[in-house]
Amino acid sequence: MISHSYRIPDWVAKNSRVLDLGCGDGRLLSQLVETHAIEALGLELDPDKIATCLDLGLSVVQQDLNRGLSNFSDQQFDTVIMTQTLQAIRRPDLALAEMLRVGREAIVTFPNFAYIRNRVQLGLAGHMPVNPQLPNPWYDTPNIHLSTFRDFEELCLTLSIRILDKDTSNLSGKRTWLGKVWPNLFGEVAIYRLTKES
Amino acid sequence: MTTSLGVVTPELIPFETPLALERGGSLPRYDLMVETYGTLDSNRSNAVLVCHALSGDHHAAGYHESESNKPGWWNHYIGPGKCIDTDRFFVVSLNNLGGCSGSTGPLSINPETGNAYGPSFPEVTVLDWVHAQARLADHLGIHKFAAIVGGSLGGMQALQWSITYPERVEAAAIIAAAPRLTAQNIAFNEVARQAIMRDPNFFDGNYADHDVIPASGVGLARMVGHITYLSDVSMGAKFGRSLPREDRDAKGVNFAVEQYLRYQGEQFGGRFDANTYILMTRALDYFDPTLNESIPLPQVLSTTQCKFLVLSFTTDWRFSPSRSEEIVDALIQAGKPVSYTRLESAHGHDAFLIPDPTYERIFKAFMDRVHQDRGGSV
Repeated sequence: MISHSYRIPDWVAKNSRVLDLGCGDGRLLSQLVETHAIEALGLELDPDKIATCLDLGLSVVQQDLNRGLSNFSDQQFDTVIMTQTLQAIRRPDLALAEMLRVGREAIVTFPNFAYIRNRVQLGLAGHMPVNPQLPNPWYDTPNIHLSTFRDFEELCLTLSIRILDKDTSNLSGKRTWLGKVWPNLFGEVAIYRLTKES
Repeated sequence: MTTSLGVVTPELIPFETPLALERGGSLPRYDLMVETYGTLDSNRSNAVLVCHALSGDHHAAGYHESESNKPGWWNHYIGPGKCIDTDRFFVVSLNNLGGCSGSTGPLSINPETGNAYGPSFPEVTVLDWVHAQARLADHLGIHKFAAIVGGSLGGMQALQWSITYPERVEAAAIIAAAPRLTAQNIAFNEVARQAIMRDPNFFDGNYADHDVIPASGVGLARMVGHITYLSDVSMGAKFGRSLPREDRDAKGVNFAVEQYLRYQGEQFGGRFDANTYILMTRALDYFDPTLNESIPLPQVLSTTQCKFLVLSFTTDWRFSPSRSEEIVDALIQAGKPVSYTRLESAHGHDAFLIPDPTYERIFKAFMDRVHQDRGGSV
């Protein structure tokens, strides 16, 4: 289980309305409710995780992100968050566009496929990477759209998405100095704060 | 651990103030048959109202002395340690107006004529029920319910409460319900009503004058309804194409499912009042908080103040998940706190009555939180 990034709370405004896509057990949302008094809504598929969220007093709706967010209005939220889920979505480009339709800002984290360990496993050993960051074998993985810092930024350009801020962390959600210096090579998790180009 | 409530005793509570009804007319006075479980706490903040569905009544949990083998209709979900934990909550369950289990209905005497109401009993609606329930709450000294819960038509009452008395509901659990019926759904109710009205013993609803009951029509209505409450999967699993049991010798019964439906019909036809069945299905048909789409549902729900739990079941085709999701989406649009799960079940619409671990886990998590939010300890 990858922890959510240390940067996310910095990018969420107090008392704001936050939607978390694929909120899992609700740890991030309930932390933000505690520290930022946000009005929180989570979307999650797994009923067991939904129950855990209900234990925490969160509001969670069961919804398949692949079916879009058409039940949400434009700009209904201040921030729409998606942690470690973008790479598992059928159409990440549509998901990003939807996030910035229903939210003023978006925060996205995903595993950086250009991380050095992946490059070594693929480039030198000639295997699809299997490691703590990407634990599944290629034939049975939810991670069907892996990308890198560079790929993601190109997509943002295509979609007229402005990058407000970006950062990187290791799998425990902590910053590393190497990742800060050279994110595309040493950043395990990519973290972006986005808005729609105005 | 969970235990049963044991023997419970209903109470008939009289209301002497006239109640004006939504579709015209009024009731000069009425009685409500009520059961309560658990204890109302000193600040009267732990009350939970349980609303019954089409053919349900006040007997939601525990056992009646006379029927020691037949628990209330939601016994699995109400009791000590259960989803609606009677160690924490004071549970109120009543037979709705127009019912035939003790509350004022077509079988009751009209004080203005001295005769039973019969078919002249005024049409009542979900809104009328909610008003009557609010008066019951006043009578019990409950200003605000910690939660109002119900399945099917009961879920519609919970929804109506959140709209009509927003300041009197802390949480609402709306299970296997819909914001209003579709044409197909009304059509099933009409077939049921026609089955009753075409019974030669119906006499335009005046069967009491002839000392008969249209048991066959009510039974047929129940058979139609019952099919729509089950799923193809659950009927297949329960009966398949197996032959009837030999210990019953009904003429023309070729398959076990026929025997089952006839039995259900006979049982129900003998106990449930025909005029009440017609009245309850009408209340179901007319329920429409959007007032025929004159107000969009998100706007209708914009004044609600409670948190919501909405649940649906995958194989429910009478109140399908997409209908529950209309409520969920409207609440999202209105910016209201809502949680929702589409529960995997093979049991069709009836799933809301049937034990299921995931259903219980989610329902209990929600109710536990209702308890904690009003300062209760875990």
